[in-house]
Amino acid sequence: MARLLAIGLVAGVFSALFGVGGGIVIVPLLVSLAGFDGRRATGTSLAAIGITAGAGALFYGLHGDLKVGSAALIGLPAALGAVGGVALQQRLQTRTLTIGFSLLLTAVGIRLLV
Amino acid sequence: MEILAALLGLLGGVLSGLFGVGGGILFVPTLVLVLGLTQVHAEATSLLAILPALLAGAWRQQRYGNVDGRAALLVGLGSIAGVAGGVELAKALPEDVLRRLFAVFMLVVAATLAWRAFHPKPAYSSKRDAA
Repeated sequence: MARLLAIGLVAGVFSALFGVGGGIVIVPLLVSLAGFDGRRATGTSLAAIGITAGAGALFYGLHGDLKVGSAALIGLPAALGAVGGVALQQRLQTRTLTIGFSLLLTAVGIRLLV
Repeated sequence: MEILAALLGLLGGVLSGLFGVGGGILFVPTLVLVLGLTQVHAEATSLLAILPALLAGAWRQQRYGNVDGRAALLVGLGSIAGVAGGVELAKALPEDVLRRLFAVFMLVVAATLAWRAFHPKPAYSSKRDAA
């Protein structure tokens, strides 16, 4: 129980600092510290992030940093995409996709760095 | 620009469903580079934008029996204190420092994904066994 709370604490700092859910932190920590297998860690992480991201949006909102219209513009199409993505995950060989995603993140990361 | 942002939102959703990560990491640069938000506003807005996709994703995963509700609740509750600290930290940092930190974070995630692609773990390969 203490381990799960501690995983949440670390993920929460990450999530708010970078504006991401924190799954990239939660999934490997659930696997390595709490004995979850990859699939169950992924599903559980998605549910936990609901609380994390909700809290982050709330705290930022109290500071007046939230742009609700922009969030809807991106977030609503993303919900459609997520349903498709989960369905694909069940039947797709994701190695090529993972490498493609990695290259995309590298390109955008470099663009933001300079 | 709005249409491009919505399309990138769709793409971010697909990737988040596929990898269990990756929604917010694409939303933040989309909000900064396409819609022109500041880094702090983009990060705040990204956290709200990932909620609909998460609800959809968690619902789909639940159908496959992959959610441990008690663990999710404990991790989520533990995260609230971390979030409070993270928000203050993000707002205390200068805008360009926060943006570059985020960029470094993206590169680390990219390297992690590449590593995972070339060194598949048994835990991840069980994906295909269950399919």
